[in-house]
Amino acid sequence: MSGSLVGDTSIVVLLGGFMAAAVRVASPLLLAALGETVSERGGVLNLALEGSMLCGALAAALGAKQGGPWIGLGAAILAGAFVALVLALISVWLGADQVITGTALTLAAIGVTGAVYRQVYGSGGVGLTVPTFPTKAVPLLHHIPILGPAFFAQPAPVYLSLLFIPLIWAVLFRSRWGLSLRACGESSSSAAAAGVRVRSMRAVGVIMSGAMGGLGGATLVLAQVGTFAERMTAGRGFVAIAIVVLGRWNPLWVAAGALLFGVLSALQYLFQAKGIALPYQLFMMMPYLVTLLALAGSRGRAAAPAELGRAG
Amino acid sequence: MTLALQLLGIHKRFGSVKALTGADFSLEKGEIHALLGENGAGKSTLMHIAAGMVKPDQGAILVHGSPLNPGSPRSASRAGVGMVHQHFTSIPAFSVGENVALAAKWAVQPRRIHSRVVELSQRLGFDLDPDVRVETLSVTQLQRLEIVKALATGATILLFDEPTGSLAPQESDALLHLIERLVLQGGSAVLITHKLNEALKHAKRLTVLRRGEVTLQGAASQFTAHDLARAMLGEDMPSDIRAPGHSVGGVVVDAVGISVMPIDGRGPGLLGATFQLRAGEVVGLAAVQGNGERELIRAVAGLVRPSRGTLSKPQPVAFVPEDRTNEGLIAQFSITENMILGSDRTAPWVHHGLLDTGMAGQAASRLIERFGIIAPGPDVTAGSLSGGNQQKLILARALEMKSPVIVAENPTRGLDVRAARSALRQLAEAAAGGAAVMIYCTDLDELFLASDRILVVSGGRVIEAPPRPDREMIGRLMLSGASAA
Amino acid sequence: MRSGITRGGEVLRALFFVAGAIAAGLLILGAGLHAAGYDAAAALQALWRGAFGSWYAITSGTLVRAIPLIIIGSGIAIAFRGGALNIGAEGQFCAGAIAATWVGLHVGGLPGWLAIGVVLLASTGAGALWIAVPVWLRLQFGVLEVITTLLLNFVAEALVSLMVQGPLQEARGFYPQSDPIAESARLPFLPGTRMHAGFLLAILLAASLAFLASRTLWGFKLRAAGANPRAALVSGRIQVPRMVATALMISGMLGGLAGGVEISGVSLALFQNLSPGYGFTAIAVALLARLQPLAVIGTGILFAALETGAGAMQRDAGIPSVTVYLVEAVIIIVVLLVDVFSRRHRNVMVPDSPAAG
Repeated sequence: MSGSLVGDTSIVVLLGGFMAAAVRVASPLLLAALGETVSERGGVLNLALEGSMLCGALAAALGAKQGGPWIGLGAAILAGAFVALVLALISVWLGADQVITGTALTLAAIGVTGAVYRQVYGSGGVGLTVPTFPTKAVPLLHHIPILGPAFFAQPAPVYLSLLFIPLIWAVLFRSRWGLSLRACGESSSSAAAAGVRVRSMRAVGVIMSGAMGGLGGATLVLAQVGTFAERMTAGRGFVAIAIVVLGRWNPLWVAAGALLFGVLSALQYLFQAKGIALPYQLFMMMPYLVTLLALAGSRGRAAAPAELGRAG
Repeated sequence: MTLALQLLGIHKRFGSVKALTGADFSLEKGEIHALLGENGAGKSTLMHIAAGMVKPDQGAILVHGSPLNPGSPRSASRAGVGMVHQHFTSIPAFSVGENVALAAKWAVQPRRIHSRVVELSQRLGFDLDPDVRVETLSVTQLQRLEIVKALATGATILLFDEPTGSLAPQESDALLHLIERLVLQGGSAVLITHKLNEALKHAKRLTVLRRGEVTLQGAASQFTAHDLARAMLGEDMPSDIRAPGHSVGGVVVDAVGISVMPIDGRGPGLLGATFQLRAGEVVGLAAVQGNGERELIRAVAGLVRPSRGTLSKPQPVAFVPEDRTNEGLIAQFSITENMILGSDRTAPWVHHGLLDTGMAGQAASRLIERFGIIAPGPDVTAGSLSGGNQQKLILARALEMKSPVIVAENPTRGLDVRAARSALRQLAEAAAGGAAVMIYCTDLDELFLASDRILVVSGGRVIEAPPRPDREMIGRLMLSGASAA
Repeated sequence: MRSGITRGGEVLRALFFVAGAIAAGLLILGAGLHAAGYDAAAALQALWRGAFGSWYAITSGTLVRAIPLIIIGSGIAIAFRGGALNIGAEGQFCAGAIAATWVGLHVGGLPGWLAIGVVLLASTGAGALWIAVPVWLRLQFGVLEVITTLLLNFVAEALVSLMVQGPLQEARGFYPQSDPIAESARLPFLPGTRMHAGFLLAILLAASLAFLASRTLWGFKLRAAGANPRAALVSGRIQVPRMVATALMISGMLGGLAGGVEISGVSLALFQNLSPGYGFTAIAVALLARLQPLAVIGTGILFAALETGAGAMQRDAGIPSVTVYLVEAVIIIVVLLVDVFSRRHRNVMVPDSPAAG
């Protein structure tokens, strides 16, 4: 089977499948990381993002079971935003430490989702399958070799995540709202002097990030796995935060970071398909190690919003 | 005569502090009106109320005869009131254009923002590149940006908060002429200042505040500097700072051709500076902010290492940083903890690496008493002290080191006249006791009062001023090397 | 982060608030269970029985589970005091467990005290090695340790999985787990219980770190470096980066040690998912203790009791044990809010120059 020549269609098909997997793996991360970018540009480190994703995933599963995938998507947005709303109340309005509050909320989300899930489906949680989004190919474009399957033959939420890249960029850098939000992240006193309502802006930024985290969780359930499992986000929310740092708080670079992570995660399938035997754990480690290396290369904090993470 | 701005019977208190008690103020259309007072007299608060940034407890604000909604920046801004802040409110990481767009609530269209900023700055007679990041601007350019921002919001009534505070004399003149030009173009301006001569020279009318009350008001031509000083202080100026009859000793700090990289990547840094400090003298450092004075001071303090040249100095050097709350003190730490911040194993309250908190507390109590720090006790946090008392604490800590060299960075910033004088006097006394003291001060009058001789830092180079210089000469020297920057 | 030299009154006050927070957490749990149609009283009773109901529950359940929480938590308290956010204790725990297993399989010939010593030393070293990467990245490139320590957790987890399916897999090659470590490398037990000597070690460590943190000049400088790095450098002449690096190393070493203690005292072999999230719970434990290592003993036992009791609650009352995380979160948030409000109440600033700036 292998040993085929370059230009053989099977390689193109294989790479197409690989890229499609990479984009699909990347899309929940992409959504969450873009959301986190908004929150952090406003000066708030949303560590409850993992909690938002997890709640979003469960809400998506429950909603989809009740009324189909679109209902699930909507429920996930609301659930993710709700977690962020609590963060906004406690750390933006009352000025409590963002890191502690975010960590606690993620913990709470693990508890609540676990309990609700077992309450609804019993402790085994057997046989929960939910209706998912079918793959929708874009006419003509999906025939493009390699890129076609990756970007033009995906379920709806994946397209949505790609659309958010330019959207978030435009909101942050081409709208008055985005300018004001970024001002809050750089200097709350300067923003206030310019008549910006700093707390409200930050709260909205945080809630947006939660909503997008929820959407990311939904994508995981409704466009990839097709079921819910306890702690199924497995730290993706935290990875998304690392990707924001890697992408230097710019939606375009953040998107590139998320895609890189997806590519590295999908390598595993490629190697398996080619019959190369390496322990799968190496592939599990690689995205994290590469992110670590890339962070060292990007020189840390230089582009971070000046007031990121400060209480109040 | 039409009134542009009126503030009637303004009362305001912050906690237990009465900031304003029944203050009245009026600004005529087309005038420059000087608002004078010590730090803490309430002049900034009064203008913040006019700009809607602070809500008064009582009183009315009228613009062109119609009342404003108190405490609403939007309402003030819509009526054409704009504030040019003392502490610059522009965002360093943003471009000039983004800062203007933010202030004026323009739509974010880069090309349009660009042309409007260029247009505005040309109308004022200077160039301001809309695309550069604000963190690369000089102090003068920052000031211009603040003015452009105020005008971009459509302001016709401009409130200038201590605009000349950190400028060289010639730059101050240029700025004041700019304000005169604005007034000629149909605006009105309030000039908040504590510089008496500036007020007398440029204002048509003036108002003096003391402890939240108006103590003097009228045409500038009616008054002398002495009248204003009395109205500001309630008494004559405190007497001289220098303790007479001390002798200058040997060289304790000897710098030969030292260069220091710019500390935050701005300005020229220090380029081959040669100077000496002797025991028993106070050396004043004059500079336009960002010309290498920071690098010089911090090199002497031992916080940065020269990249070239030789610098011999004793260890350690006592240092009084300019930024009290970020560098001088840890706000959430107690007075005791701040006092022992720099302690090493030789301190009396450290035994074999262990901290004797009881002993440190007693030492802090003694320090509080000796330096007249007003605080309930050594356990209160430094953040709860007033600025003047924070400065006393920092000075007390520095003087307690009994170091042969003390360097102080703008030690009077934000202090009222009495507190400022007290700080300078303590430094002078340390010199009288045999220490070599170096002070950088943005206020030239204070520098003249406190120093035995003056070094000017300009464009990264150090120039020794001739004996008994005047303001003009120092100002020229301060600007002489600026082109190198 | 935290204020001042500790005073007796403040400790009492803090205890009072923690007690209040626990009550609030349990109240919310009870209300939630009641709303979901459970017998809340029975559930809370089961929780109590599981945690403190018998000598065996206390010694073999709660206290055994508290050991890693106390060891990791007191290290995290030190790191956080210095402003270094090590949230990678889970990874350091895994690294320590791997090293302890590896060494523990090969020290059969050594006398007991030496074998245990070597095992614990190896795990401590592995923890140090695991955090050395984030420390280096922070010092050299300024990359925030919050992100790097976190990323390494995932790597460590994969590494454990690799080990138990590769070099350290049991000789039978059947399950993904290691063989049990040598008898001599196991910590002594309290007869009749599962309680092992690691508890004494944990108490000893917490007490020493408490002494280091609150009685020594180094501890004071560490706190200054964490509270305001610039002031610590400029006014205290404190070498902040070195301080931060040392604090991180200490917490990394303790994370590794906790992994070694778990292998040598509880699991006796390496498994996947050896830690039920000790590294994360320990953060909450340290924060709740207001970064006081001595108080970590108390909060560590508290959270261990909640998590142990939760198991009983699930067995006896059929309530998912994960709900206990909600209780933990509520406790943390309540304490946080009390902190915020009392800070507002205490520090009414008197402005020197009203509203300037």
